[in-house]
Amino acid sequence: MSACLDTIAAYGLRSIGIGERLLPKRDFTLCEHFTLIGSGLLWNLYFGILAILFGFFLANAIAMAKANRRWWLRKPAEWFIFVFRGSPLFIQFFLFYEAFVLLPKMGWDIDLGFAEITVETRWLTRAWLGALIVLILNTSAYSAEIFYGALKSIPRGDIEAADAYGLTGWKRYKRIIWPTMLRLAWPAYTNEAIFMFHATTLVFFSGFPAWRQKGDALYYASYFADKTFNPFVAYPILAGYFILLTLSVITVYGAINRRLNRHLPQEARRKLRIRPNVIR
Amino acid sequence: MFSWCTDPDTLEGLAWLSCYLTTGKHMAFYRSFGTVMVLLLVTAPVALAFGFAGAMAARAHFAPLRWLGKGYTAVVRGVPDIAFFLFFVIALDQGIEYLRHKIKCPDWSEPIRQGNDFVVCPAAKMPLSSAPQWVHETYGFALAVVTFAIVFGAFAANVLYGGMRAVPRAQMETAEAYGMSRRQAFWRIMVPQMWVYALPGLGNLWMILIKATPLLFLLGIEDIVYWARELGGSKTSAFAYPHPDWRLYYFLALLVFYLLLTRVSEIVLDRLMARLAHGQATSGAKSGGRAADKGLAI
Repeated sequence: MSACLDTIAAYGLRSIGIGERLLPKRDFTLCEHFTLIGSGLLWNLYFGILAILFGFFLANAIAMAKANRRWWLRKPAEWFIFVFRGSPLFIQFFLFYEAFVLLPKMGWDIDLGFAEITVETRWLTRAWLGALIVLILNTSAYSAEIFYGALKSIPRGDIEAADAYGLTGWKRYKRIIWPTMLRLAWPAYTNEAIFMFHATTLVFFSGFPAWRQKGDALYYASYFADKTFNPFVAYPILAGYFILLTLSVITVYGAINRRLNRHLPQEARRKLRIRPNVIR
Repeated sequence: MFSWCTDPDTLEGLAWLSCYLTTGKHMAFYRSFGTVMVLLLVTAPVALAFGFAGAMAARAHFAPLRWLGKGYTAVVRGVPDIAFFLFFVIALDQGIEYLRHKIKCPDWSEPIRQGNDFVVCPAAKMPLSSAPQWVHETYGFALAVVTFAIVFGAFAANVLYGGMRAVPRAQMETAEAYGMSRRQAFWRIMVPQMWVYALPGLGNLWMILIKATPLLFLLGIEDIVYWARELGGSKTSAFAYPHPDWRLYYFLALLVFYLLLTRVSEIVLDRLMARLAHGQATSGAKSGGRAADKGLAI
């Protein structure tokens, strides 16, 4: 037991570079499996949470642009969604990584008039920034399509009622359209969030190098499986972690779903039907 | 390939490019697009069969079978698919070798797992180490197909299960009233009708399957991602066609390939849905995919 505590102290934060530098080489214990894979899960959480957070705002903007009558707003949004939803995330990772590598290593000086900032481009080739950007763009495209679909299925009566009350423009959007859209989109958006967490496992298998062996949960699981040539320990542990992660996402999103639907009569509330991965 | 390609050093411009794009390695690159299409065409029906079996198991009256069916779909959906790909390729390989080992070398005394090694007798190796290269490649590809089928079978099971439940209850009751047994009602009434309910989900699944094909690269198949990295990497003057790092352009080509593939699939699936839903009492027939046009303009 105390040996396991030592292992946790040494490897619990290994994935972010705190603790023992060298990974265990042989005679892996079950404790080491759990600790290192769990430590890698920190990266999955980092990528997933930030991508969903930033992607949410971007997706709202893109969905609004796609629903706009003006073609110069609509067309770019449609193309953005088409490109990111129509191609594999795996290819997007490779493509962006190669593009980031080709950017000048030094960075540019941008003169803003009042201040001069230096844009460092070398961080873009690191997973923590480069892969995060790809994930944000990807989830924005999928979420925007979900939000757009919800926007189009807002009951006409709701909008007419808003008009009758004299709500226009921003106020109508903020009070009526946006909350209704979010409520209608939420079950599908929950699936997208679950899928996003799953997609974070691709990062270190797609060009972005795991710098100093700081990788995500799947990176360490495959490290163990390669070293022991035994997939029956590391991958089930990883699966257990991810099922827990999926359940927590469902809990959080379910709570938000209940809040979004709290004004509706009991029988009209839409139950959150979880169909991960299937509806994208 | 062309007559003017004998001495690449003297070529320039389009002539250089035409020779460059028709080298033997590029031909292998183009063939790997075929590999992807073959994988798609082989996996889709196999996964559908897995899914059908899974959906039937999930509906079974015999409880353990039902748990198996539901557990299969629940676990595969809760875990990232890439983890399954990495797991099944080794697990299937070791499982097959283990079974062959038990059959072919019954009097082998040493343990199979020796520390960090997995050791079976030489006769149980799969494929045999003496087998030609194409056997190794085909075996690897077959493992990939089975892995894809297991993972996508679980998704398909979920969609088909939903499709079966969506068939109106009255249809089944009518079948019973006509004296059909459970089995007859299932095959004659439910199965023919469930497809139209399952098709949107299956279409979606086909799109996800297309977008999962680059993961072949992780299974050790020489697929399009492999060749794009191989050919695109910068080539020094030691090579016949030296060039700087062109991987970006190769991946752009792959991106365009996938965009075309998904776009064409989308159009075909929309047409299919419109045809199948014709005259059916489903929401697909009522709106015919034009639901979006009826919404409000904001």
